[in-house]
Amino acid sequence: LNAYQPAHSYSRCSENNMSLRPQTPGMQETLSKCPSRIVHFIVFEDCVRAVLTYICVCVFLVADIISTVEFNHSGELLATGDKGGRVVIFQQEPESKNSPQCRGEYNVYSTFQSHEPEFDYLKSLEIEEKINKICWLPQKNAAHFLLSTNDKTIKLWKISERDRRPEGYNLKEEDGTLRNPNSVTTLRVPILQPMDLMVEASPRRVFANAHTYHINSISINSDNETYLSADDLRINLWNLEITDRSFNIVDIKPGNMEELTEVITASEFHPYQCSTFVYSSSKGSIRLCDMRAAALCDRHCKLFEEQEDPSQRSFFSEIISSISDVKFSHSGRYMMTRDYLSVKIWDLNMEKHPVETFQVHEYLRSKLCSLYENDCIFDKFECCWNGNDGVVMTGSYNNFFRMFECGSRRDVTLEASRESSKPHMVLKPRKVCAGGKRKKDEITVDSLDFSKKILHTAWHPNDNVIAVATTNNLYIFQDKVN
Amino acid sequence: MHLVVVVAVMCFPCSSCVFVTFRLLPLWLAGHRDRSRPAMFSKGTKRKFSDGEDEMPDDGLAGAKVASSAYSLQRQSLLDMSLIKLQLCHMLVEPNLCRSVLIANTVRQIQEEMTHDGSWQVVSDSLGVEGSPSERLVATEVLCRSPSPSSTLSEQELERDTEPRLYSLVSYDDSSCREEEVVAEVIEDDNEALCSEAASNVCLSGTMSHCWEPGELRVQQNNDDICEDSRLGSGDEDVDVEEEDEDEEEEQEMSQKESKTMGQVFGTFEIKNGSSGSESALEELFSDVDASYYDLDTMLTGMQSTPKIGPYDLLDNLGPSHGPTSIGSTANCRSDLNELDHIMEIIVGS
Repeated sequence: LNAYQPAHSYSRCSENNMSLRPQTPGMQETLSKCPSRIVHFIVFEDCVRAVLTYICVCVFLVADIISTVEFNHSGELLATGDKGGRVVIFQQEPESKNSPQCRGEYNVYSTFQSHEPEFDYLKSLEIEEKINKICWLPQKNAAHFLLSTNDKTIKLWKISERDRRPEGYNLKEEDGTLRNPNSVTTLRVPILQPMDLMVEASPRRVFANAHTYHINSISINSDNETYLSADDLRINLWNLEITDRSFNIVDIKPGNMEELTEVITASEFHPYQCSTFVYSSSKGSIRLCDMRAAALCDRHCKLFEEQEDPSQRSFFSEIISSISDVKFSHSGRYMMTRDYLSVKIWDLNMEKHPVETFQVHEYLRSKLCSLYENDCIFDKFECCWNGNDGVVMTGSYNNFFRMFECGSRRDVTLEASRESSKPHMVLKPRKVCAGGKRKKDEITVDSLDFSKKILHTAWHPNDNVIAVATTNNLYIFQDKVN
Repeated sequence: MHLVVVVAVMCFPCSSCVFVTFRLLPLWLAGHRDRSRPAMFSKGTKRKFSDGEDEMPDDGLAGAKVASSAYSLQRQSLLDMSLIKLQLCHMLVEPNLCRSVLIANTVRQIQEEMTHDGSWQVVSDSLGVEGSPSERLVATEVLCRSPSPSSTLSEQELERDTEPRLYSLVSYDDSSCREEEVVAEVIEDDNEALCSEAASNVCLSGTMSHCWEPGELRVQQNNDDICEDSRLGSGDEDVDVEEEDEDEEEEQEMSQKESKTMGQVFGTFEIKNGSSGSESALEELFSDVDASYYDLDTMLTGMQSTPKIGPYDLLDNLGPSHGPTSIGSTANCRSDLNELDHIMEIIVGS
């Protein structure tokens, strides 16, 4: 289960008035448990003064390509799914007394194999074990629950800690061998003794055989009893307790598959209205549906679609308008959509056009043909809100990711790379030179590496801690604490 | 600067021959690092000559004519690229429905525009093909290909074959002999080797920059009877010619199946529940068919070996063009002539 490669371990450095801490034995042990961990602080130059100065906290080297990243509701746990069907959960250390300014770091908490590769015998096709989505359930007791899904099957996992074990059985020895009942003269009650912390993950439910097409989204409802799963053409509603039945609530499959021109690309429940959900399509439209209106929500209640600019029309217009991700804001009043070139903020009360549009990498508009040729135009970027819905973040190419402040024109481009993540290095925000003369430190569009893409990012729900997944690395950044 | 490729495509059963000439244009569609050609398809409108098409061969001609032909060539190239991407979709282990739909929509969009431009109509008129039903939606035909056996293709093969491929000048002095040899070889060969070869020859669109040119296609027919061409020799023939031919073969095949089979592409994603009874009955019925000829046909028509075929495919394969007795029948060739015309209208640009 050791999915991580060994890497160097650095001693923890400090900034300003924090003293240099030697490597304690405890720390050594921690590092050896997660051998691929690099811990250091880097100062980012403050560009967007309001919020966005980030420090790299941890970099994890992973063996397999990360396919999804999600913080849980408290932000204490961070789950990643990878292409090999594994789920790795990181836990934030509690804030230490020695350096109270720093938030706790994230350590590997649990690793388990969620999905295995399967083979569909009817179609003679492999079913990939790649984890497409992870969705945390709100915590109800000491255990943590999450839903993880691959293309076809959703599983509910229970992650629980065990730090005690019973000792003092009457009928068996400590090592497990059975005692001769005749030799028992006295009886005792087994007592719980502390043991080393063990984190166990066990599958509690398996929701299978409900999707003909590839599942792209799962979303837990605010009622904590139901969740939806969306594939390319259908959305199903499940009860968490019932695995052999699901209700189909959206079906856009045409009677004649010849007429298929649109697929569902993402779907999400409203954060607190348990009857409302949205789904986005490959044609750039978002539909909001109310489950109280009808059993089958084929007819939307609201349709969010922006008329395209006729002057920008090209053969690629439809492809780049295809929405790759949709996320409600925490307040439930707005939603954000990501298409290939932009991020749009929509007010749920206004369907005609978004309230804000951020251009993520507009310099790629002139390269669409090449990007179509090398298939990069089909990349599905995700986006996320920060805790107070003031900032949104999304990924780009060349290991760049961008943050946009809502309501203002401020934005920043940052890079997640090992070269830039060195101790004490002042990291400047990056800039891409779209054309004309290239200024110093700028990067030209042609020198961008399109194989290095950041598709998955996540923001801590309460804090300014972000997780950014490049192809093989998981970066955790936090903002500079002054 | 031109490169001319002449390919002789010969149909072994009918001994008819068609010469296909490709005129290659200099590279103007390159990978993403090509600086010199920005904004190639950024506008759907006709481009002005001053937009920088000086690499085009028709330097001597004046303004709008060049622009429109350049635009048409661009559009044609995009169409070809999209068709190949759709083909490649079928070769993958798990085709991505969203991607397929987006590419198919792009193809439809190009077709519609070509229809409005009149270039589509001109082509179909000149080739004597009937009006709207046949010209409708290449995407439909293209998409109506049954899935190829993923089990015969390893990921390694796919990766190996997505290297960049260039047009090369190929001579076919002894083409007829070679075709015969090849076809004989084909019949004997293991089907799986054929499948993988087909896949390897078709795999094109990939991650790295590659250079390929659609060029102009001119078809000279030796006979009136044109049958499906045989598989070209392995190894040293032009990759893209094969792709074109495979386009032809597959689209000939698919035009017979029309609407029913659009479902195949998107139907690959469906679990065919409940029809297994009829499927197994049909399969038993044809289990003693001479597999080699059958597979040759299915090979040529882009379909792969039996296990992949769903119920509709079996029904369609009952048709005369597929049975082993039909090889060599002229009726088959005549219908193929119409199909070939139909394919021409797809491939021919302006």
